[in-house]
Amino acid sequence: MTVLAIAEHRRGDLRDVSFELATAGRELADATDGDLHLAVIGGAVEEFADRLDREGVDVVHTIDEGEEFNHDVYTQAVAALYDEVEPDTLLMPNSVNGLDYAPAVANRLSLPLVTDAIDIESDGVLSVTREKYGSKVETVVEVDANRAAVTVRPGEWPPAEGTNGAEIQEFDAEIDESTVHSTVTGFQEVGGGDVDISEADVLVSVGRGIEEEENIALVEALADTLDATLSSSRPIVDNGWLPKNRQVGQSGKVVTPDVYIAIGISGAVQHVAGMKGAETIVAINTDPNAPIYDLADYGVVDDLFDVVPALIEAFGGEPPEV
Amino acid sequence: MKILIAVTEVAEVEDDFEIDGLAVADQYLDYDLNEWDDYAIEAGVQLQEVGEEVEVVSVTVGPERSEETIRMGLAKGVDRAIRVWDDALEGEGQLGVETKADILAAVAEDEDPDLVLTGVQSNDDAFGATGVSLADEIGFEWAAVVNDLDLEPGDDVASVHRELEGGVEELTDVELPAVLTIQTGINEPRYASLRGIRQAQSKEIAPKDLADIGLDASVTESPITLTQLYEPETESDATVFEGSPDEEADQLADLLRDKGVVEG
Ligand SMILES: Cc1cc2nc3c(=O)[nH]c(=O)nc-3n(C[C@H](O)[C@H](O)[C@H](O)COP(=O)(O)OP(=O)(O)OC[C@H]3O[C@@H](n4cnc5c(N)ncnc54)[C@H](O)[C@@H]3O)c2cc1C
Repeated sequence: MTVLAIAEHRRGDLRDVSFELATAGRELADATDGDLHLAVIGGAVEEFADRLDREGVDVVHTIDEGEEFNHDVYTQAVAALYDEVEPDTLLMPNSVNGLDYAPAVANRLSLPLVTDAIDIESDGVLSVTREKYGSKVETVVEVDANRAAVTVRPGEWPPAEGTNGAEIQEFDAEIDESTVHSTVTGFQEVGGGDVDISEADVLVSVGRGIEEEENIALVEALADTLDATLSSSRPIVDNGWLPKNRQVGQSGKVVTPDVYIAIGISGAVQHVAGMKGAETIVAINTDPNAPIYDLADYGVVDDLFDVVPALIEAFGGEPPEV
Repeated sequence: MKILIAVTEVAEVEDDFEIDGLAVADQYLDYDLNEWDDYAIEAGVQLQEVGEEVEVVSVTVGPERSEETIRMGLAKGVDRAIRVWDDALEGEGQLGVETKADILAAVAEDEDPDLVLTGVQSNDDAFGATGVSLADEIGFEWAAVVNDLDLEPGDDVASVHRELEGGVEELTDVELPAVLTIQTGINEPRYASLRGIRQAQSKEIAPKDLADIGLDASVTESPITLTQLYEPETESDATVFEGSPDEEADQLADLLRDKGVVEG
């Protein structure tokens, strides 16, 4: 089986998922003794191609179109290269940019699409494992077709290492500029503000389990008692209860404190992406099956409205009324 | 200007549940408006409130039960709703991306909107692909994971922010007509007012089957089949503190002292 995987880069750097795709692609190609092709579109393609020449990679295609990601260009370029390479499986990252072009590519090529794969196998038939209901269940879907597109969850495969002497080929995708109807005009960093949660040694982190804005005072009091920094999952920030710079996760900050106390946080994959590097993880959550417990070192399976006040009191503090 | 908003009802699984064949047993599922769609509705309704002539229409692929969810949108200001369902879709469990995109494309072709809004993903299946597939299917421009929208009715370009990973946003100009997939946090979704809820009762929810939108059962054909559904084996090796909340808190306090978080 021939596999074609599309690398990702941003602002001059290849993103980790590119090397993870190489591993996933190699595993899949190995199942049938096939070839693994990678492609990189835009930016410093030659330099990127050298770096993408990792173990297991047979060919790296460079498509020298634009500096940064543009989905109109990517969609055309990937479709054109697909027609040239004729792979059985097309792998793309399940990143934010992946979400912005993979479905269009699949639609244009009439390929069945399975997104956010956490495992892929093939014994002639492609089967893809993915999660449903916020990680509460896993599903396996089989793709009964000769060709398919799959997007791969970042962080699930180890990055490919080493070098392989892959063949590097330039590909002219002949982009039709008249069909490019979106323009990337720049980038903006968000966050900043009063604290940098990525610097904190101890984080008290609050999630949707807190229910109401007024109740934030309770976790604030705990953070004060522990001399810790307050952070949160996304819904708390979306609700405007804490500023954006407090958000831990894929689109927020990556944190690596000594102790991370997750209070009323389920542990969605996008949250975990930001805190899995914490040294000690404590979870307070009523649901013993919440995915956060897969990572936690210590857990209190109980109501935060009972546990947090008791914890404040255990250190001689006075919990606020909520 | 006409705005079409794809709204879906999602199932949430209770903490304790059982699996029945290839699905979570229905009694453990609660149905609700998809979180991301709530923000998409708000984005549409805000555009309507600018004062120009803007019609906001929602479209849902879902059984009769989903009318409750659809009414939530109507109560928040959506003008009218379309609900597509068909016996051929019954029992499909999980509709493939192509099926959904084909159905929504047929509705979009009828309605001829200037702007289509969807959520980034639906909370249950989390495929995250419907909006962009739809855009490509109907030949609209698009942007995925939009968390800031600068558009006035009548403009032919929308300036959006796309929320990338790691606290970085991409600024992009998108030519209309376009599909935007809306990220949570882009706005503050309103609560439905009592008046809105009352008004919603008299707004139209047009039920349509596949034939009504010019499709037939072949739209459900998909090479993708669900073959397994199971609870993942827990990888948890967490030490769980036991006892009353006070006892649990004491053990946790000891741990935090041990770790040097708190002295003494
Ligand atoms: C593109 C994209 C990017 C994203 N980026 C991020 C990101 O950067 N960061 C992020 O966090 N999320 C992000 N998300 C959102 C993510 O998917 C989840 O929706 C979010 O993390 C859920 O937050 P939560 O755990 O607080 O809420 P929920 O998932 O609702 O969990 C609440 C938890 O609280 C528990 N609970 C309820 N009541 C109590 C109680 N009384 N006592 C104890 N426990 C209780 C429940 O059992 C549950 O486990 C992103 C999503 C997308 C699509």
